[in-house]
Amino acid sequence: MSHELVLNAHNLKQHYHVKQGLFKPEATVKAVDGVSFTLDRGKTLAVVGESGCGKSTLGRMLTMIETPTEGQLNFLGEDLLSLSKEQQKELRQKIQIIFQNPYGSLNPRKKIGAILEEPLVINTQLNKAERKAKALAMMAKVGLKTEHYDRYPHMFSGGQRQRIAIARGLMLDPEIIVADEPVSALDVSVQAQVLNLMMDLQQEFGLSYVFISHDLSVVEHIADEVMVMYLGKVVEHGKSEDVFTQPKHPYTQALLSSTPQLSSDKRRQRIKLQGELPSPLNPPSGCAFHGRCQYANERCRKETPVLRSHADVHLIACHAVEEERLESFSGAA
Amino acid sequence: MTTETLQAPAPRTPLQEFWHYFKGNKGAVTGLVFILIVCFMALFADIVAPHSPSDQARDALLLPPAWMDGGNWAYFLGTDDVGRDILSRIIHGARLSLSVGLVAVTASLMMGILMGLVAGYCKGVVDTIIMRIVDIMLAMPSLLLAIAIVAILGPSIVNAALAISIVSLPHYVRLTRAATMAEMSRDYVTSSRVIGASPLRLMFVCILPNCVAPLIVQATLGFSTAILDMAALGFLGLGAQPPTPEWGSMLADALQFVQRAWWVVTFPGLMILLTVLAFNLMGDGLRDALDPKLKQ
Amino acid sequence: MSLLKLENLSVTFGQFRAVDQISYNVNEGEVLGIVGESGSGKSVSSLSLMGLIDYPGKVSADELSFMNQDLLSMPEAQRRKITGSDIAMIFQDPMTSLNPCYTVGYQIIEALKTHQGGTKKELKTRAIELLNLVGIPAPESRLSAYPHQLSGGMSQRVMIAIAIGCNPKLLIADEPTTALDVTIQAQIIDLLIDLQKQKQMGLVLITHDLALVAEVAHRVIVMYAGQIVESGPANEVFSTPKHPYTQALLASLPESAAGKARLEALPGVVPGQYDRPKGCLLSPRCPYATDHCRNVVPDNQGPLERQVKCHTPLDTLGRPAA
Repeated sequence: MSHELVLNAHNLKQHYHVKQGLFKPEATVKAVDGVSFTLDRGKTLAVVGESGCGKSTLGRMLTMIETPTEGQLNFLGEDLLSLSKEQQKELRQKIQIIFQNPYGSLNPRKKIGAILEEPLVINTQLNKAERKAKALAMMAKVGLKTEHYDRYPHMFSGGQRQRIAIARGLMLDPEIIVADEPVSALDVSVQAQVLNLMMDLQQEFGLSYVFISHDLSVVEHIADEVMVMYLGKVVEHGKSEDVFTQPKHPYTQALLSSTPQLSSDKRRQRIKLQGELPSPLNPPSGCAFHGRCQYANERCRKETPVLRSHADVHLIACHAVEEERLESFSGAA
Repeated sequence: MTTETLQAPAPRTPLQEFWHYFKGNKGAVTGLVFILIVCFMALFADIVAPHSPSDQARDALLLPPAWMDGGNWAYFLGTDDVGRDILSRIIHGARLSLSVGLVAVTASLMMGILMGLVAGYCKGVVDTIIMRIVDIMLAMPSLLLAIAIVAILGPSIVNAALAISIVSLPHYVRLTRAATMAEMSRDYVTSSRVIGASPLRLMFVCILPNCVAPLIVQATLGFSTAILDMAALGFLGLGAQPPTPEWGSMLADALQFVQRAWWVVTFPGLMILLTVLAFNLMGDGLRDALDPKLKQ
Repeated sequence: MSLLKLENLSVTFGQFRAVDQISYNVNEGEVLGIVGESGSGKSVSSLSLMGLIDYPGKVSADELSFMNQDLLSMPEAQRRKITGSDIAMIFQDPMTSLNPCYTVGYQIIEALKTHQGGTKKELKTRAIELLNLVGIPAPESRLSAYPHQLSGGMSQRVMIAIAIGCNPKLLIADEPTTALDVTIQAQIIDLLIDLQKQKQMGLVLITHDLALVAEVAHRVIVMYAGQIVESGPANEVFSTPKHPYTQALLASLPESAAGKARLEALPGVVPGQYDRPKGCLLSPRCPYATDHCRNVVPDNQGPLERQVKCHTPLDTLGRPAA
């Protein structure tokens, strides 16, 4: 497959100003702080991290639900953020989003048919019969039956609702789907069905996914590239197999070792992380991870590490890796 | 284990589901039946009522109800001081009370939804302005405000209805705003925005249908408030003018005969009480049936 | 020694059987994992142990005993005394299990007072001890903190402190880490297992996370649609599942699929109230189902320590028996 660039994000930032009280100065929360990446057609980029790391905010910026405070967002060669409102509306159809909670993402007062046709009503000139034909075709694609057309969302199970949400996302023939924890709320067996569907659709339509998740086993399965975030910053970014077999950043290593493994030979030596995610209102100086990192030294506490290329393509933001202070990461326990 | 399999019910439409829950509430159904009877009376007052509401039977002043000594079956609930049939006046009064309630509720509902949606959707300055106006309105006693409005516009039924609708406006605005803000944070609204829906579409097609449940309940309860307020204004002589039959003014007119002829005040008063009670019962039932949180 | 024993426990809500005649026991110092998807009855069964099923739910059982005391026939007050001190439970959502109106210290002390008693000072020392035990830094100052000032992980630690405050013999943890991040989950699970070993408690770990159970549980019970379909030692059940459902569940995990192949998804959904099959409950979704499976309810097969509810249990190669 040829490498065709569909999305190029450069130094995206999202800073919120939070009032702390009448007499205290406004605080700045750096929800996303300088994230850059590229996405090729038909590929899946996974964004992983714990809650509060800014991965969902990133997803909302990519779909232009939120406007970034800073940075560039190039979609098929056009800078999305400098376009006029009209052109933006045109292009934003091509980037759609799927949410985590399939119970909140469908309008409870609308029938499935109306939900699927809404994008067409707003953005196209198709007449009623044409819209219905398109909706029914899409329902068949995602594995829903024709009789579901006239039903309301509350009559469906979680997995089926997620299928409906996916179908709605695909109605406008998007290039990119931002999937924000699409299977986290589903049971294992249903999760497998939805993941299979997403991979099938990717093949069929040449979709690119930005797959936001905290579940590393799901990510390992579906992603081509993985981006690990911690407190608004990317700490590690590389090919999926590289990140999973040879994680370099201490945080990635801890994350991987914390994930329970079914087979005992895949289990890793548990790296115990001390403490919890620091408050984004009051982030630590230097490397944001230093308070929980066993390799942290004076430099880590003072100087913020930058994302540097390591062994060709693997990007890591860590002083310890740079200085080769890290012990090698054991694959098996 | 038993092998009997239960028949799966066909998926219910929201309307069927609503009715399923509503009919389980006996008080609400009773209220609904009473309201339907009153509506029927109001619609067909000319046919149902035995007399014209303004006919004065000179030979039958202050006649007691039919089952009492000296009563006359032609005047079932007795007559008032100028010989008008009380039953007929009550039946005709229902027409007035209900239509005033309807007009007042519809007017305040429409204005309230509009202001509440705009406030909840736009947030920021617009929200602040609208909500401060509402706060000021809430700071005044509602009946006093209504009296002031009627006093400025002049006493008449239309002005009274207008005053009542303005007075009850704040409740609808607050309710709509709260519901709108809650719905705004839901993912389905965000996905409609991603699709490219315009603000108007978001407000009225996407969000509004999900806010109607509390509004319907409030409107039903508002109906009873409107009838009460109307009666109060009528009692003070600021609503319907004589000889228009209206429950509140019937009470006011007959006040001087309370001790001699209890029926002149009892029956209009009872009617107000029952109608308001019926609306409140139905409102409670609606709330239970429409609020998904109370269902399992 | 057997701590908890249940025999044919059922929980019904009207016509619907949320838990359908399950039997198991928990031994002292044992970690028992109960796994299943949503709607499998795993949470309801544990709530019924604690006497927390409200109307219209009905609990019935041939036997439900804790340390040879019959829980079903004993008076309500006595049962409450046992559940809470000898049997403790922690729930999924730590943020809502603590009362937001009271401080952490008040809630711990209140729980201790109800079951143990003691002077104010003793209770406070004990509360600080407990917070220390569950790894909360600066416990003295945390006593006066309100729940909203704590993170999810910290709240769950407080819940654990309350649960182990009365030295329970059995701890039931219902999805204790589902609402937490993975690094915090690891901390909490380590803590639970440490405490379990230290105090030789029985621990029932209810979760949908198969890998988690595989890592920590000694024995595992797999539930499907209110029934126990398979039970046995954790490593055996996960390496050579005998029930097609367990096999399918394991196969549908992303980590089971090598490379970017498709996942082995079990078709269909868990049967609900109205579409319970006549025979084996898995028969509409089972790849090996025969007419016999569709019509006749299977019995438990195999020895008590390794049971499977299937007509044709799978052999070591994962094929159905002839």
